[in-house]
Amino acid sequence: MTDMPDTTTTGNPSHDAPGDVVDDAAGYYREGDPIADTKSPDDQPVERRWSERKFSARMANPAKRRTLSVIVVGTGLAGASAAATLGEAGYQVKTFCYQDSPRRAHSIAAQGGINAAKNYKGDGDSVYRLFYDTVKGGDYRSRESNSYRLAEVSVNIIDQAVAQGVPFAREYGGLLDNRSFGGVQVSRTFYARGQTGQQLLIGAYQALERQVAAGTVETFTRHEMLELVVVDDGSGPRTRGIITRDLVTGAIDTHIADAVVLATGGYGNVYYLSTNAMGSNVTASWRAHRKGAFFGNPCYTQIHPTCIPVSGTHQSKLTLMSESLRNDGRIWVPKDPADVTRDPRDIAEEDRDYYLERIYPSFGNLVPRDIASRQAKNMCDEGRGVGPEVEGVRRGVYLDFADAIARLGRPAIEAKYGNLFDMYTRITAEDPYQTPMRVYPAIHYTMGGLWVDYDLQSNLPGLFVAGEANFSDQGANRLGASALMQGLADGYFVLPNTIRDYLADGPFDTVPDDHPAVVEARASVQERIDHFLTVNGTRSVDSYHRELGNIMWEYCGMERSAEGLRKAIDLIRSLRDDFWRNVKVLGDSESLNQSLEKAGRVADFFELGELMCIDALHRRESCGGHFRAESQTEDGEALRHDDTFAFVSAWEFGGESGARELGTPVLHKEDLVYTAIEMKQRSYK
Amino acid sequence: MTLTLKIWRQADAAAEGRLHTYQLDEVSPDMSFLEMLDVLNEQLNAAGEEPVAFDSDCREGICGMCSLMINGEAHGPEVTTTCQLHMRSFADGDTITIEPWRAAPFPVLKDLVVDRSAFDRIIQSGGYISVNTGAAPDAHAIPVPKQNADRAFDMATCIGCGACVAACPNGSASLFVGAKVTHLGELPQGQAERDHRVVNMVAQHDHEGFGGCTNIGECAAACPKEIPLDVISQLNRDLRAAMRHGH
Repeated sequence: MTDMPDTTTTGNPSHDAPGDVVDDAAGYYREGDPIADTKSPDDQPVERRWSERKFSARMANPAKRRTLSVIVVGTGLAGASAAATLGEAGYQVKTFCYQDSPRRAHSIAAQGGINAAKNYKGDGDSVYRLFYDTVKGGDYRSRESNSYRLAEVSVNIIDQAVAQGVPFAREYGGLLDNRSFGGVQVSRTFYARGQTGQQLLIGAYQALERQVAAGTVETFTRHEMLELVVVDDGSGPRTRGIITRDLVTGAIDTHIADAVVLATGGYGNVYYLSTNAMGSNVTASWRAHRKGAFFGNPCYTQIHPTCIPVSGTHQSKLTLMSESLRNDGRIWVPKDPADVTRDPRDIAEEDRDYYLERIYPSFGNLVPRDIASRQAKNMCDEGRGVGPEVEGVRRGVYLDFADAIARLGRPAIEAKYGNLFDMYTRITAEDPYQTPMRVYPAIHYTMGGLWVDYDLQSNLPGLFVAGEANFSDQGANRLGASALMQGLADGYFVLPNTIRDYLADGPFDTVPDDHPAVVEARASVQERIDHFLTVNGTRSVDSYHRELGNIMWEYCGMERSAEGLRKAIDLIRSLRDDFWRNVKVLGDSESLNQSLEKAGRVADFFELGELMCIDALHRRESCGGHFRAESQTEDGEALRHDDTFAFVSAWEFGGESGARELGTPVLHKEDLVYTAIEMKQRSYK
Repeated sequence: MTLTLKIWRQADAAAEGRLHTYQLDEVSPDMSFLEMLDVLNEQLNAAGEEPVAFDSDCREGICGMCSLMINGEAHGPEVTTTCQLHMRSFADGDTITIEPWRAAPFPVLKDLVVDRSAFDRIIQSGGYISVNTGAAPDAHAIPVPKQNADRAFDMATCIGCGACVAACPNGSASLFVGAKVTHLGELPQGQAERDHRVVNMVAQHDHEGFGGCTNIGECAAACPKEIPLDVISQLNRDLRAAMRHGH
């Protein structure tokens, strides 16, 4: 779905006059010095910058590379591709993942496809057009240099994947097929049925395992990074390693290297229910943040409008249904709340409210993700949601294919959507050929992440961040089929070219086990583990996680208000306090203990959740995937404020004050400057 | 629904394991099988008994992390992964026996969790096409006939869950190896290493302690991704060809 159809108007039509801007977050943060990316050669035109940086980045010769070591945490598209490529270059690489194999990382679940500006269809696509769509899709909140580079290297990704044997869909002539995805005006999406993420990840995984066989990469599976080691021996901080826990034996180990790459994915599970995997977590990023790495735009989350709704309080995750369904399905709810429990087939046409078609006559059911999501929530909040009542509310809207089946015939619908309909039937036991599907929005992707410069290096020297875990390329929202693109762009092509500039100063001095930075990091890990196992409280980790998720979804989800966010911060603080005093974790630390693993992750989600709310409170504008109630046009549409908020919010950890009390976070602003693109406001009416 | 669950509990790889019996009430037919175990674990935690360890991650049938022998069937009674199995496939009052994958190369780590790293080592032995990043020609340089691309895709949908091994009376991973050999062997890019690949992967398979294939077909019946049995014929054909070529 396009997040930005091409009907924009220039300028910023109606916003508060300058001086009207209220600092809603006053008292919750301190403002620090501005921050800037110093690695992008911004004196060059945007299309020259990446070539220039690849040339200026220093090199290490092959003999020296063998003496340089890199740790890669996370083995999804970004991590596996980075580790494989660094191994091929001859560096000594160690990878870490919490799963039992690198092949299981959650990149594997991506369905739709991967964008690339190949212009194989001759339909006018180009690197510039993909760049333009990406910046516009991000609602003008991404960094121009990074977004351009993403579009530029997209073409190489497809070549690499095909050479590895990734079986993309092909035409009868044997050439690659493309489809139009996300409503953009060109066909640039490469796909492998509905399993593109799986096929690309298997390609990267096989490249990684090839390097394991070659002896350049050592993989540590069922290992979780629990702390970052940052050494400062007088010449400034350097990231030198990680502390891990072997999830099978419980062993706490120190791994030292010349640089550390975090490719640990997004933090959507702070909402408890999301389309993320059960184990997806923020711990690696958050431990780095606590050690000084800035967190960029934490409030930027993407909500996907067409997921299978929650069926009860037992629900553990949400399953996405491709939004291609909105091309043929019509979305509606009953006009009368009294009808929500009736069989939808018995509700007469005039008693149905096709609300997207009513409110947005030009785009109808194809409005962008954020609008479709927000209106679904509005309908349910009005009491017109359908499906099972969970905790007092019916959270679902109908996605009806009756018209499409009548128009095109059932075989045509089966050919297009058969696998999705089957999946829906398996999960809900309802047949969408006979009765309308029910869908509801869910958290799907997080655009925010650790702050990085053009080299993908955080403000902590030697700490690099790739893929969904960083913040840089997507802005405030993300185009469909661009997540796979970013993961592989970072891992195969960007990071291996930029990390060498940092490593040219290495190898660095060995860090002994008794170095104060190592001792401190290990002690911090051990202290948390010991605490969890000795609290002897009454509530399970999951119950806290679920409650935290409810708070985040209610107040820091699709629509946010200053009042709601302040309430959320209070609720999170008191729940976190209770968590530390009352959580119940059984078992020991010397064996596989899944409750203990989850306790550490949820502890970090609490701290992240508070920062997300503060960031959302501070950003008093509606932008990308999120809507601020205080910032809307007269007819209720999102209103962005380029004059006051065209910057990246890079948050510095505020330290701890007292027993697990968080200090005040410090905001560093990075101004966003567009030289190749003009900022525009969107309109869908 | 009310269920009786007989679940394999084993403290660690070295410990003796045995089946424990639990009663679980108020199971909703809309729960997935793993959500049913989540509910059991909440109940155990509240009662002071350590929760049952089991693997799962994506819970949408694609990562291959979940496993479980359910009443003696890998991934249970439906052709899907355990995470996509729902309780409506069972009846009120049922007794369900839940065990880990059973195969010597998949040692139990705890309760229902097994070590499947043997699969990674089989891939390391040759389950790839050797192409360094940046060395690839344009993606359209080599056309691939659609029928080959489609067959390669079908075999590449293997999720590496290990159900084929768990279902096989011989504990053979031939379906897993055959799927990879067929995926890469269908493509022009995979030809250069085709002989080496099959020889090395089969050698690693045997080295890990997986058994031989005797054409029973339980693997293909249990496979949640419906990888067909004929990939094992392809595997044997490729192996014979490689031997003829002097490997």
